[in-house]
Formats: sequence, structure tokens, C-alpha cells
Amino acid sequence: MLDATLFAGQVFNGFSVASLFVLAALGLALSFGLMRVINMAHGEMLMLGGYLAYLTYLIVPGPMAILVAMPVAFLGAALVGGLMEVTVIRRLSSRPLDTLLATWGVSLILQQAARSAFGPIGVGVTAPDWLNTGFAIGSLYFPSTRIFILAVAVAVLAGLGLLIARTRLGLLVRAVNQDRMMAAASGINTRRVDLAVFCLGTGIAGLAGVVLSLLGPVTPTVGQSYIVPAFLVVVMGGLGSMIGTTAAAIILGLVSALSQIFLDVSMSQVLMLVFVIVFLQFRPQGVVATRSRALEG
Amino acid sequence: MKTSATGAICGAATIAFAFSAAHAEDTVAVGVLQSLSGTMAISEVTVKNAEVMAIDEINAAGGVLGRQIEAVIEDGASDPAIFAQKASKLIQNDDVATVFGGWTSASRKAMLPVFERAGSLLWYPVQFEGNECSPNIMYSGAQPNQQILPAYDWAKAEGKESFFLVGSDYVFPRTANLIVKKHLAEDGLALAGEQYVPLGGTDFSAVIAKIRAAKPDVIFNTLNGDSNVSFFKQMAAAGMGPDKVEVMSFSIAEQEAQAMGASLVEGSYATWNYFETLPSEANAEFVQAYRTLHGADAAVTDPMLHGYLNVYAWKAAVEAAGSFETDAVRAAAVGLEVDTPMGPVSFAPNQSLRQSAHVGKLDAEGRFEILWSSAAMIEPEPYDALTFPGKTCGFVGN
Repeated sequence: MLDATLFAGQVFNGFSVASLFVLAALGLALSFGLMRVINMAHGEMLMLGGYLAYLTYLIVPGPMAILVAMPVAFLGAALVGGLMEVTVIRRLSSRPLDTLLATWGVSLILQQAARSAFGPIGVGVTAPDWLNTGFAIGSLYFPSTRIFILAVAVAVLAGLGLLIARTRLGLLVRAVNQDRMMAAASGINTRRVDLAVFCLGTGIAGLAGVVLSLLGPVTPTVGQSYIVPAFLVVVMGGLGSMIGTTAAAIILGLVSALSQIFLDVSMSQVLMLVFVIVFLQFRPQGVVATRSRALEG
Repeated sequence: MKTSATGAICGAATIAFAFSAAHAEDTVAVGVLQSLSGTMAISEVTVKNAEVMAIDEINAAGGVLGRQIEAVIEDGASDPAIFAQKASKLIQNDDVATVFGGWTSASRKAMLPVFERAGSLLWYPVQFEGNECSPNIMYSGAQPNQQILPAYDWAKAEGKESFFLVGSDYVFPRTANLIVKKHLAEDGLALAGEQYVPLGGTDFSAVIAKIRAAKPDVIFNTLNGDSNVSFFKQMAAAGMGPDKVEVMSFSIAEQEAQAMGASLVEGSYATWNYFETLPSEANAEFVQAYRTLHGADAAVTDPMLHGYLNVYAWKAAVEAAGSFETDAVRAAAVGLEVDTPMGPVSFAPNQSLRQSAHVGKLDAEGRFEILWSSAAMIEPEPYDALTFPGKTCGFVGN
């Protein structure tokens, strides 16, 4: 019954879904890991990235527009994220439940703003021709858009890994992550580190919005459809660990894609939720346990 | 800001005053209840426009039984509970003679008990899954045997032998596909696959992999809303655009095609009872009238036409009955021929509309080229005989 081609195709699709999950979840994991902030407006950063891609396409049409759109969306989303951090999150930093509600409010405001600016109907971003092809190996077909998204995810992960491991900013982030009070006592400006990490996280969400626009419409509520899986990935990954987040995204992507060989999409989502619940029963600390003072009450 | 707000309040007060003064024996109130906000607004606002246009036309021509129609417009806000609430409000507070409205099956199911309790009448304009029959609803949108089965028969006649069913996960696609499956089994044709995606779902990678593996002759698509964009985009990216794999859609009309970007769905098929491109003088006038009011590029769709004809059917029934009484109106409406932009139609005793079905192919402008039309008017059947054997409309013949 199990068709080898379908199976191989679904393994590829699993990684493709995982690459979207990673891009959507990384920012959440970063800000939760470092600041214990649950940013409910994270999905709206994806949406913002999508609309920025759309605007970029209007201003610089042509085959390379997507390559222009990516830095534009990254910077745009990072800028809005930075504004949010300075005006809302920083002021509520010791009250996690209040940040939850406040960022949810920001999410509603941003959704309504998009609805007013662009209308309730989604806008379309047309993939350039060089992304509108694909290649076949035997009877397996690999759409270029999916490969492109995988490549973006890998590049973002590699870049982030280098940033954390090799740069001065990375050193500061690791220091604050391990012990915020000691870091502050040794003269690190923790607020600036928070700001930088939050901007970075929302910027990555903006990038995710650009690649999402290759697969579906950009609507005021597009972020909502990715925020739940993104939270699942963060929780399962071990709250704030980059490696854990990546591993959890791959596991969930494969669970979702492979279960869809037998089930339809609705049922496979149910299965995915059940899988996460069962997984957390046996390993409540997630895939990778993060040891951090920031996470200790 | 301040001046304009004050201006608006003054304006509203003037209008309210004008209404209360005019609310006398020379007017009759009717409700118009569609979603003017929320996800369904994109589709339902245009139906509201068409219903209001019919009311204005009738008023300009002298009204109903010598009375001007006063439309009380309410927003269902894409929420079934609000539809039920607003329906009660229209019947109890505004004392309306009847209500035109609804779109989703969920909104209709929520309003149904309200109309049955109050003994009032709802005119429902959208195609639906059947399997329901209330004496308090006039169903002018297609029953399954007026949209899904004609599409199936057309595909069968075209020599299609394997069918793949893709739909959003809710009552309309599930019931529609149940009917299609019964007919596939009866005719010995192949069901190549059946897949459901949650409403608003965006990931079609597995669905597309299965379509590729199954190589169906045709896909029957009952996806709703934005999911369609994701589906067609990802199909195209997988090298299976509408020019390579034939797709028959049941929730994509002119409005949706143009909003999605016509190039995405160009070459795909749809089945409706009305297309903007139906060649008749009455239709040309209707489309022209709507465009004069709402812009030269405005799309005109099947549900809009049904909303528009509902108002005229109600007027004809009221005049035939000589009364606004619900029971008299519904009795008079059955069998009464009404002229519409898609030709003369009438309601069957089960209070659904007798109408033709057409298959169209989308062109680059998001308009349909009509490929096939049913030979005659199709009698509406709320209960498909193969799928729901023995079920009939309870009230017919009482």
C-alpha cells in the first residue's frame, strides 16, 4: 500500500513544512528564551513581512524583486518589533501576563491596520519565473519555491548560529541568557541586548512572511494560521533553545507530512497536537532542556 | 475630526427622524441581513448591494401593494450567533414583513429556529448542501442537484473517469462529496481521492502529492475562501496549473476569481446557475445597472443575482396574495413565475427554485466562457435520492 514515491515526496514535504515552522518559530524562541516574553503579535510580523514583500513587488517589479523584498521585510519587521519592545514590552518586563495581553492587543491593532490599508481580501505576490519551475527526479517533483524556502531557512539558521557563537553581540546574548543579574552586574546593558534580540526575532518573522507569500495569499490574518504551530514548536523544542526549536520543527514537519499519507489534513493536525501532548508528558523539558536563570522562577 | 463627527451625528439624527416620520401605513419594512464585516464581508456586501438595488428599483416603480419598501440593513458580522440575534431583532423590534439574507450554512442553520418560532420568512440566496427543508425559508440558491450533480454529469459526459475531491472541512463540502461519491459508485467511476483541509488552511503539499500520485481526470474543488489561493498557487508551483490538471470549483464565482488574481485560476471550471456572461438582454441591463451604482469593474455573481431575484419574487408573491402575511406569501410564491436576468423562474412546492445550471471556464479577466447549459429547468431536490433515500420535505403536500 505504501508507495515509495509518495513516501519520499512526503519526507521532502516534511522538511519543507519544517523550514516554514523554523522561520516562524525562531523569533518566538529567541524572545521567550531571553526575556520570557510571549509575543502574541509575532504572527503579525509575518503578515507585515508579506505586505512589505507585496509593496516591494509594486515598486521594483522584475525577477529579482524577491531578493530585494527579503532585506526590506527583515528591516521593516525588525523596526516595528523594536518600536514594540521600546513602547510596550520593556515597560511591562516584570509582568509576563500583562505582556501577553498587551502584545495580543498589538496583534489586533496590526491586523485591523492591515485590513484598513489593504482591504480584507488578500493581496497576491506572484513568484518570479525562476521560482515558478521545479525539477523531477524519476517521478518525484521538487518545486523550486519549496527548495528556495528550505535554503532560506538553512541560511537563517547558519547566520543566527554564527551570530550567537562568534560575535560580540552573541557573547552578550549568551551572558544575559545564562544569568541576567550577573550580566547586568558586570556592566552589560541588558536592555540593549533585549532590544537587539527582539528586533532580530521579529526580523526573521518578517523574512518568513516573504517566503510564505510564495505559497499562499497575504491576508490581514495570515499570521494567525502560523502562530499556533510556531508556539507548538517552541514549547516542544524546549523553550528558547535554537537547536531544540530546529529539531522540534523537523520532527513536527515530518509527523505532519508523513501522517498525511494516511490521513487528511484536518486529522493530521489533530494527530500533531496529540503527539506534542504525549511528547511533553514524557519529556516536559522539551527536546533540548535549556538551563537558564532566566527561566527559573 | 470633531466637526465631521458632529456632522455625522446630526446627519444620522436627521435620517432617524425622517424614518420615524415615514414609518406609517405607506411603507413596509423588510430586513436585509448579510455580513458587512468579518471574513465573509468580501462576498456578502455585494449580495447586500444587489438586494438593496432591487428594493430601490421596486420603490422607484411604485413599491409593493402601493407601499414603499423600507430596508432595515443589519450586519451579521460573519458570526452565526449574531445572525440569529439580528434576525430576532429584525422580526421583533423592526416588525419586518420578511428578511433577505444569509450566506454560510452555519448562518442559515442559526437563523432557522428564529424564523420557525416567529412564523416569519427568510429568503436565502446561496447554493448549499441541501439536506434541509424548512417552511420558513425560501431557498433560491442551488440545491446539490442543481450545481454539483450537473457538474458531475458534465464531467462524465466529457469522458472523465476518475474524480479527486478536495474541500474545506465543514458541512457543505462533506455533504456535497458524500453525494458525489454515491453517484460515482452508482456509475462505476473511480474516486481517485478525497481530502479535507481545515477552513483557512494554507498547506497543500500532501494533498498535491496525492493528486500527483492518483492522476485524476478532474478535481472537484469545494475549498472556501483564501484556501483556494494557496491551493492554486501550490498546484502551479508543482507544475500542475489549471491548464494541466482540470479543476471544477464550486465556491469560485467572478468576484472570488478577480480578487484572487484571474491569472491564477484561468482555465479552471465552475458550475453555477448564473454567470455574468449569460447572453440575454435582461442580464445585460442588470449588469449595467449594478455597474452604474458600484463601479464599471464590479463583478456580478450568482449569489448576487439570487439575492436580487429574491426581492422580486417576494414582491410578486405579495401582490399575488394581496397581503404581507407569511403564510399567504409563501403559498403564493410557489409556482409563481418571476422574470429575472437569468430568465423566468419559479419556486417548487419545496420552496426551492427551479433553475438551469451552466458550466463555465474562467478566462484571463476572471469572467466565464459558458461551455454547457442544462437542457431544461432542473427541479430542486433537497434530498438526493441516492444519498438520503426516503427523505422528503415534511411540509410539502400538507
